[in-house]
Amino acid sequence: MIPELGHIALIIAFCLAVALAVIPAWGAARRNVSAMNLAPTLAVSVTLFVSIAFSILATSFLQNDFSVAVVAANSNSLLPPIFKFSAVWGNHEGSLLLWVLILSGWMTAIAFFSRGLPLIMVARVLSVMGFIAVGFLAFSLLTSNPFERLLPNTPLDGNDLNPLLQDLGLIIHPPLLYMGYVGLSVPFAFAIAALLGGRLDASWARWSRPWTNVAWGFLSLGIMLGSWWAYYELGWGGWWFWDPVENASFMPWLMGTALVHSLAATEKRGVFRSWTVLLAIFAFSLSLLGTFLVRSGVLTSVHAFAADPERGLFILIFLALVVGGSLLLYAVRAPSVASRVSYTAVSRESLLMVNNLVFTVATVVVLMGTLFPLVMDAFSLGKYSVGPPYFNAVFVPLMALVMPFMTMGPLSRWREDTARRWLHELIVPGLAVVLLAALLGTFNAEGFNVWIALAVLLSGWVSLGVLRDLWRRVASGDGRLRWHRLNASFLGMTTAHLGFAAVVLGAVFVTQLNEERDLRMAVGDIETLGGYRFELVEIGQSQGPNYATDFAVFDVTEAGQRIALLVPEKRRYIASGQIMTEAAIDASLWRDVYIALGEPIGDDAWAVRLQYKPMVRWLWLGALMIGLGALVTIFDRRYRTQAARSELPTAGAVGVAG
Amino acid sequence: MHPIRKQRLILVSLVVVLSSAAVGLVVFALRDNINLFYPPADVVAGKAPVNRSIRLGGMVVEGSIERSDTELDTTFLVTDYEASVVVRYSGILPDLFAEGEGVVAEGKLDSNGVLVATQVLAKHDENYMPPEVAAALEGKTAPGEASVP
Repeated sequence: MIPELGHIALIIAFCLAVALAVIPAWGAARRNVSAMNLAPTLAVSVTLFVSIAFSILATSFLQNDFSVAVVAANSNSLLPPIFKFSAVWGNHEGSLLLWVLILSGWMTAIAFFSRGLPLIMVARVLSVMGFIAVGFLAFSLLTSNPFERLLPNTPLDGNDLNPLLQDLGLIIHPPLLYMGYVGLSVPFAFAIAALLGGRLDASWARWSRPWTNVAWGFLSLGIMLGSWWAYYELGWGGWWFWDPVENASFMPWLMGTALVHSLAATEKRGVFRSWTVLLAIFAFSLSLLGTFLVRSGVLTSVHAFAADPERGLFILIFLALVVGGSLLLYAVRAPSVASRVSYTAVSRESLLMVNNLVFTVATVVVLMGTLFPLVMDAFSLGKYSVGPPYFNAVFVPLMALVMPFMTMGPLSRWREDTARRWLHELIVPGLAVVLLAALLGTFNAEGFNVWIALAVLLSGWVSLGVLRDLWRRVASGDGRLRWHRLNASFLGMTTAHLGFAAVVLGAVFVTQLNEERDLRMAVGDIETLGGYRFELVEIGQSQGPNYATDFAVFDVTEAGQRIALLVPEKRRYIASGQIMTEAAIDASLWRDVYIALGEPIGDDAWAVRLQYKPMVRWLWLGALMIGLGALVTIFDRRYRTQAARSELPTAGAVGVAG
Repeated sequence: MHPIRKQRLILVSLVVVLSSAAVGLVVFALRDNINLFYPPADVVAGKAPVNRSIRLGGMVVEGSIERSDTELDTTFLVTDYEASVVVRYSGILPDLFAEGEGVVAEGKLDSNGVLVATQVLAKHDENYMPPEVAAALEGKTAPGEASVP
């Protein structure tokens, strides 16, 4: 009975979303205040009913209600409760429900925090998001109902959650990623609302900017967690595979990066207005494309829970509708709002333009590599795969290209600057970095390594430039540091740029200096790698809550000192019979020691992979800094004054906004 | 020049330079880095290139896995029930690699028709079959299995 209530709640949410998509939009077109006023209420009601549906599904999982098809397929009575909860989104139907839940969460946030906005804007934005909610709720109800029952043939126990997903990282990775993915619908909705109103001015950019930063920050964190999870849970120590599913989340991130920077120029200077709108449309379209790639089953991946052509077709049609509709609207409206603001070649605007060009081109090349095999297959021209060498060859040079400009960006002035001033600001840090790069590039274990030298040069250039800028703002004539001069926007940007430099350092160091060996080891065998001595001291077996495990104990020592006792495992999950590799990792800021078990060979011997991974943590620390930096920017005072202004009556704003 | 025109000129020249660089990179990178998929029957028929990276997919033949006692070398046969190809791989095999299961091996064919694999991919879960393998096996039946009309 209870799952049926969930289904009914979902249907009610769908009806409310239809009302949200239609009524306030109609009110905005007809200047009907009471119709527009309905938007926040409707948005909150959609959220309420989606939350009810989600809670009911979660309850079904926690109470082992195996009459519900998705519970039977993805849970088991032996599964620990925390994984029963995360199993809610460890399957196609539930993860779609999470998608809608987070979308409605963003709608509610807009309803609450946008009281400073003209009513007509709020009405249009929420209507656009309501339209997206209609699409996804219809998708859920028509093709992927999470409340489908297995009656009367209810199984006694469930099939268990895929062991790869029985992990703490997977409890938070999907919600964070979806926060970012779905959050890009907010700048999209703002862009569409601005196009509808024909008012693409700086105020539009100021409203949508904090939302974009937050969404992009969550997306960064989500991608980081995914990479980290793949590193320790897929068992083999890789951190980025250029897998189509990774690309599905990476493309909106790249486009979002361009959007975040373009919005800055639009807000501050009123330039790139039409371009920014286009970026907002593309970023969300890529989110939808990602959803299509992941959910339609056209890809081979852990994320592709089920292959069902009907589902793919549904998202494809919705994608065409959203992209086609918004581009049509853009074509009709955008030319009338072209900007008339000038700037010179040496200015912050042109540097932001370089950022935009590079990140757009990067998105396009990743998109080409991701879609190429699908297009070839669709036209029966052969089954191709495009591997990491392609992506590395096109992506790495682009990032190297953008980094020299990252230093000048924050330092430079709007509208007009001089190369002489840049030189004056950057000559000392520049020379210091060249020296450092030459030293670090030369003095490492393997002799001169040009990639390491380049990475140190570029990352050092970016970070020292950022720090020079920080110093310039904080230092004062009397020798006291004036930290209060820094605002949240600046701190956020600085953190994110330093994070980017850290990611580059981590990526290059771990790629260049990684040491890895696949071996056959028996008890008592000793190997050395990366200056560490590995001794296999014990092999044994034990039991977990829902699995049986083979484990091996390694004594890792350096110069006679014990570094760690590492215990990699090979688990066999009882319900599904699936085998899982649990790697053992000794982590630190400068290096990870990584051991994974392959398979048993002969008597008391195992195939073992030993890895020494220098600076691999910098990747995720850097990505964490990027994400947190973006989130910090919403504490900037100028967005708070916007909120404070909202205390004033806003009814009069309606007429003005027309 | 009018500042707005100058701005456009900067923008257009930047776009031209960057996109031509990107297209150059893409063409260069795609040239060597895409792998075509071949079912075992095509490999045996000599349709697959030698010494070029390809992917091969099918089922691992029961009883064909041979492991070395001292090294991590493994050889096995991959079949689409029409023809079989020997695959040699040195390293750790994925968790779900097993006899009678679907597999995709990436590597180069040597002159003897043996695929020297650099990577072996198996399924992600029990019920999942790589789409290429499913397509390769389409219309072919395992010995002893009734064909589905």
